[in-house]
Amino acid sequence: MIEIENVRKSFGTLEVLKGIDLTVKKGEVVTVIGGSGSGKSTLLTCINGLEPIDSGRIKIDGTEVHAKSTDLNKLRSKVGIVFQQWNAFPHLTVLENVMLAPRKVLGLSKQAAEEVAVKQLTHVGLGEKLSVYPNRMSGGQQQRMAIARALAMSPEYMLFDEVTSALDPQLVGEVLDTLRMLASEGMTMICVTHEMKFAREVSDRVAFFHKGVMAEIAPPEALFGAPKDPELQKFLAATH
Amino acid sequence: MFNYTFHWNQALKALPQMLDGALITLQIALLSMLIGVACALALTGFRLSGNRVLSGFATTWIEIARNTPALFQIYMAHFGLGNFGIHLSPYTALLVGIAFNNAGYLAENFRGALKAIPDTQTRAGRSLGMTALQAFRFIVLPQMLRVAFLPTTNQMVWAILMTSLGVTVGMNTDLAGVTQELNARSFRTFEFFALAAVIYYVIAKAVTLAARAIASRMFRY
Repeated sequence: MIEIENVRKSFGTLEVLKGIDLTVKKGEVVTVIGGSGSGKSTLLTCINGLEPIDSGRIKIDGTEVHAKSTDLNKLRSKVGIVFQQWNAFPHLTVLENVMLAPRKVLGLSKQAAEEVAVKQLTHVGLGEKLSVYPNRMSGGQQQRMAIARALAMSPEYMLFDEVTSALDPQLVGEVLDTLRMLASEGMTMICVTHEMKFAREVSDRVAFFHKGVMAEIAPPEALFGAPKDPELQKFLAATH
Repeated sequence: MFNYTFHWNQALKALPQMLDGALITLQIALLSMLIGVACALALTGFRLSGNRVLSGFATTWIEIARNTPALFQIYMAHFGLGNFGIHLSPYTALLVGIAFNNAGYLAENFRGALKAIPDTQTRAGRSLGMTALQAFRFIVLPQMLRVAFLPTTNQMVWAILMTSLGVTVGMNTDLAGVTQELNARSFRTFEFFALAAVIYYVIAKAVTLAARAIASRMFRY
């Protein structure tokens, strides 16, 4: 369970998160929508401790992320994150990209790591690309590789930060399909996205962020069908 | 037009002697690179340390190495230090001077390589649970090597050519030194120096080609 309690976060004088409360249960898929600068991406980087918070608390299975005593490296192997920019490691083949963290962080043997990596890469449809270097692949393939790389750590939670925003339009579908597959397998996920159709399909709940505040959160039918927040109504009118 | 009879035979007879000199040249260049790389790594670390004394020391070194003539750096190692009672042989002074110069250029080269690797690479590693050190060692460093590799081999070529400055501090066993002595005895300046130039060229070119061959094997991506 991910428990976010009254989280506040500023960059300089700009407050990007103004007291966020959100609880995500095991197996739940929550998508976060909202305009640029609404704080949705920042929230994800706070959840896995890449960014410090100013006040409030984030707990993952009871462990407080920003407590001094928390081993963030250990925690992060439990919470996978994939970014808008997939950040493939260019000097490693696809297989090596996915094997690296299981070997160095989880301490798996070469064989065990390879087994895990092949399994995850096959899962995302890259079983044929194992010995290819990332720069020989399309953005969509690289992004799927990044997803496999995160999955190879056997995370219990996955955070997706606008993972299709940097892709050419014709490549968005293959990545969204991968996310749909994960959702259907019961992965607990928080997805920040601009893909409304996708949000509507996969989410248990959709959260709308506006200027650092979670203005509305509801199941997709309710949020898209009968939005209450005036900003959300405007946002939906503009994106449809 | 001009009245000069070439005497290539004399130069060719001295070829074995000159090749012995070339070995010394190569030796000094190699040693100066080893020392240079080690010092450059230290200087790069000093600069990033955030310690004002260390980074000031590194910056001063790099500034002097890059913005004063290599000849002066070698002079200083021989005659300059001599004034303070530190007497380095021509060989050592030449080695120290070139290593000093190498370190300055290489440190700048390494810093550039470090900057060329985006922070997002480290971030991606950290988000997979790697420690900062692991992310550096397994993600940043291998990519840095590629960026720094060819400029480093260029410096190697430059080091080989710089060894010829040794004649100014009395170096007489390297290629330039040997050639200079032969010239002094025979006054066949053109022939000897032309032959020496060919040898320098061949060595420099061989280093460049070898470096490219190694790079294409090492960096397949």
